[in-house]
Amino acid sequence: MSDAVVVLKDVGKTFANGTRSLAHLNLAVQAGELVTLLGPSGCGKSTTLRLLAGLETPSSGTVAVPARKPGQVGFVFQDPTLLPWATVADNVLLPLRLQKMQAAEARRRCTDVMRLVGLADFARAYPHQLSGGMRMRVSIARALAPRPRLLLMDEPFAALDEISRFRINDDLLRLKKELKTTIVFVTHSVYESVYLASRIAIMAVRPGRVTEEIAIDPPLPRGADLRTSAAFLGYCDRAMRALGRAAAEDRR
Amino acid sequence: MIGRLSARYGPPAAAFAVFLLAWEAVVRLARLPPYVLPAPSLVATTLIADRATLFASLWVTLRTTFAALGLAIVGGSLLAILFSQWKWLERALLPFAVVLQVTPIIAIAPLLLIYLPAWGAVLSCAFFVAFFPILANFSLGLASTDRNLLDLFALYGASRRQTLVMLRLPAALPYFFAGLRIGAGLALIGAVAAELAAGASGQETGLAFRIVEAGYRLDIPRMFAALVLISLAGIAIYFSLSALAHLVLRHWHESGGV
Ligand SMILES: Nc1ncnc2c1ncn2[C@@H]1O[C@H](COP(=O)(O)OP(=O)(O)OP(=O)(O)O)[C@@H](O)[C@H]1O
Ligand SMILES: [Mg+2]
Repeated sequence: MSDAVVVLKDVGKTFANGTRSLAHLNLAVQAGELVTLLGPSGCGKSTTLRLLAGLETPSSGTVAVPARKPGQVGFVFQDPTLLPWATVADNVLLPLRLQKMQAAEARRRCTDVMRLVGLADFARAYPHQLSGGMRMRVSIARALAPRPRLLLMDEPFAALDEISRFRINDDLLRLKKELKTTIVFVTHSVYESVYLASRIAIMAVRPGRVTEEIAIDPPLPRGADLRTSAAFLGYCDRAMRALGRAAAEDRR
Repeated sequence: MIGRLSARYGPPAAAFAVFLLAWEAVVRLARLPPYVLPAPSLVATTLIADRATLFASLWVTLRTTFAALGLAIVGGSLLAILFSQWKWLERALLPFAVVLQVTPIIAIAPLLLIYLPAWGAVLSCAFFVAFFPILANFSLGLASTDRNLLDLFALYGASRRQTLVMLRLPAALPYFFAGLRIGAGLALIGAVAAELAAGASGQETGLAFRIVEAGYRLDIPRMFAALVLISLAGIAIYFSLSALAHLVLRHWHESGGV
C-alpha cells in the first residue's frame, strides 16, 4: 500500500443545505492506475473528485492524497474552463505562472505538452477559434503542464461526438503511458469506462458510495478492433450488471 | 468590406437623410417662421455662424463630462474592487451608493450649488450619475467569475492577488465596459442637467446655458444648433467607447464588446 496515491476511508460528505452526497465511501488508488468512477447522475462522482483535489473537505472519514501540493494534482473539468481572453499558450502556461516557474522553463514545458496533445500549431489561437475537442485538449495540456502525479478528470469528453471521443480516449492512454501519471476519471459511459480503466469503481446513489470494483486484468490489448472484441464486451457486460445491482440496492 | 459597411450603415443613414429632407420641405412649403420651427439648413448655418460661442460652450460641457467620467471610473472601479475583496465593506457602503443613485440628481443640484462653487456642483452632479452604473456593473462582473476557473486557481494555490489580477479583473472587463458606456452617457446628461440648474452663476457657460439663453431671446435656431451639438457629442462618446470595448474584447468571442 506504500504506493497509494489516493486513500479515501469511510468518507462522508454532507453539504450545508443538508444534501447527503457521500457516505461510507472507500477507495484506494495506486500509483500508475487509471481508475474510472462509473455511476448514475448525482451519485457524488464530482464531489469525490473535488474532495481529492482539496476543493471540498469531508464531513467524516479521511481523505489522504500524499501528493497534494499545488501543481501535483491536475483537474480537468467537464467544460474546458479556459481563460477566454488568453491565447492557447497562455492558458497552458497559467498553472506554471501561478507557481512562479521561471519563464524559460515554463515555455519549454508548454511547448512540450502542446506537442503532446497535438496543438503545437495553435499556440497563438484564442479559445473561441477552436473546436470543442481542441478546447478540451488545451484543458488537458494545461493540467499536464505542471507534471502532476495525480490527474483528476470529471466527464471531460461528455460534450464530444463519438468519433472525437474515441480519438481523444486513445490520446489520453498514450499520454498516460508517456507521463506515468495516475488518473481518476469520472464518466457516465460504460464503454468509455472499460476502454480507459485499469480498474472501475461502480458507485451507487443516495448516499453516494462505491459498491463494487472491477479490475481490468490483464490489461486489454489496445487496437482498432478492441471495442468489438469479446473481452471488451465481456467487461462492459460486467460493468452494466454491477450498475444494475447498485441501482437495485438503491431501490431497496 | 464596403458592401458590409453599406449594408449596416446604409439604411439608418438613408432614413436620417429622408427625415431631414422632409423636415426641410415641411418648413419651406408651409412657410413656417424660424421662431416656430427652423429648417435644418438654417440650424446648420446658425451652427456655423455662432461657432465661436457654441463650440466654446461645448468644450466647457465636455470638459465637465470627461472630468466627471474620469473620477467616476477611478472611484467606481476602486470601490468595486474593494467590495469584491471585503464583502462587509460592500454591505456597509452600498446603501449610500444606492441612495445617491435613486435620488434624482436634478433635485440635489440646488443644494450642491449652495455648498459648492458652480463648477464644483456641476462636476459633482455629473460624477454622481456616472459613478453608480460603473460601480454596479463592475461589481457584478467581479462577482460573476466562473466558478470552475476560481476552483482552478484555488487548486494551483493562487494568492488572492493573483486571483484578482489574473482572473477576476480581466473576467469583469465586459461588465466594466457596459457600465462605462452607460456612465459616459449619463455623465453628459448629468453635466447638462446641472448646468441648467446652475444657470448663469458660473463664469464659464456650458451648452445648457446657451440653450436657456437663446430661449429667453426666442433665438430658436440657436437652441436647435446647441441641441445638435449635445446630441453629436453624446453619439461620439457612445461610439468611441463601443469601439474601445470592441478593440479590447475582440479576442474573447465574435460578439466581443458589441
Ligand atoms: N455545493 C453543493 N451544495 C449542495 N449540494 C451539492 C453540492 N454539490 C453537489 N451537491 C449534491 O450532491 C449530490 C452529488 O453531486 P455530484 O455533483 O457529486 O454528483 P455527480 O455524480 O457528479 O453527478 P453528475 O453525473 O450529474 O455530474 C447531488 O445530489 C448534488 O445535488
Ligand atoms: Mg458531476
